Amino acid sequence: MIDVLQGTIAAQGLLVAFVVVGAIVFAAYFLSKHLTLGRIHGSAIAIVIGLILAWIGGSITGGTKGIADLPFFAGIGIMGGAMLRDFAIVATAFDVDIVEARKAGVVGAVSIVVGIVLPFVVGAVVAWSFGYSDAVSMTTIGAGAVTYIVGPVTGAALGAGSDVMALSIGTGVLKAVLVMVATPMIAKYIGLDNPRSAMVFGGMMGTTSGVTAGLAATDPKLVPYGALTSTFYTGVGCLVGPSVLYLAVRALMGG
Amino acid sequence: MVIYGVAILALCTVVGAALGDLLGLAIGVKANVGGVGIAMLLLVAIRWWLVKAGTLTPGFKFGVEFWSLMYIPIVVAMAAQQNVVAAVKGGPVVLVAGVVAVALSFACVPLLAGRKKPDEAGQ
Repeated sequence: MIDVLQGTIAAQGLLVAFVVVGAIVFAAYFLSKHLTLGRIHGSAIAIVIGLILAWIGGSITGGTKGIADLPFFAGIGIMGGAMLRDFAIVATAFDVDIVEARKAGVVGAVSIVVGIVLPFVVGAVVAWSFGYSDAVSMTTIGAGAVTYIVGPVTGAALGAGSDVMALSIGTGVLKAVLVMVATPMIAKYIGLDNPRSAMVFGGMMGTTSGVTAGLAATDPKLVPYGALTSTFYTGVGCLVGPSVLYLAVRALMGG
Repeated sequence: MVIYGVAILALCTVVGAALGDLLGLAIGVKANVGGVGIAMLLLVAIRWWLVKAGTLTPGFKFGVEFWSLMYIPIVVAMAAQQNVVAAVKGGPVVLVAGVVAVALSFACVPLLAGRKKPDEAGQ
């Protein structure tokens, strides 16, 4: 009987994911209303529950895809995968105010450049202070502080060691997680309440998953503006990481 | 018709992804460059054109807006499949680099978005 039911679950993966996520969202809004008196937004709590499940799943299976590595939750991998994620992000653009987006165009582009260089420098300096003082390791860990995709792309291009790669990816994932969780809490202190600042925020933080989840928990109306800039961030990061930024680090550190 | 909205949304997303991949190839990057952004601009353009032509039906709108409302649940599913274990395991390098990078980036948002000139924060 168990086998038959397991077959059912496997065949209905995406639908099981809808049920599971529906339950998470319900629990999150309940907690938000009764435990935090609405002070912490329901979607922020839902995302934190998601991250906790990801940690539990990763701990049980030793895999890299969080809860989606457990067969029962495999549908979560489809629902939260890149295809449906991008589909839904694009849909949010339907209500974008073009005039606002255009006004923030230049400062949005500036924010992408600053947003890449700043965490790169931080990551490289931290790497150096922990003894990773060769140019390749510093660049790879610095690129990880840009995003968890820029890190391994840069490291692979430069031939970094696997321990450095793991640190690089770990830094990028931590960044994404921190942005998801911290954005709703600090939004009002950094003026994150209008399309212009949302576009700067997207360019500054860059990590698409972190930016869009963080904005969703802050104010869903801001999601498309943040997504618009952050979608260029990883691409630009992959471009400059193994080239300009690596050369700059090598010029400073030698060899 | 609802399917028109879903179909156009899907078309924009797929075309955007393809152009983003080609753009990445053109500049020699192993990543999609701006695919989602291009798709968003396409969708905005099509919406503008449909409104102008007077053919933006409630069905079409519903087909797109359903997916934009599904965005947060999809993000929850995305969060549930992050490699959180790797992030926690990375130790002090990861912790210090991640926290400091995020804190400084947050701090720069008001500097860039505020009324000040961008170059004040750009140094």
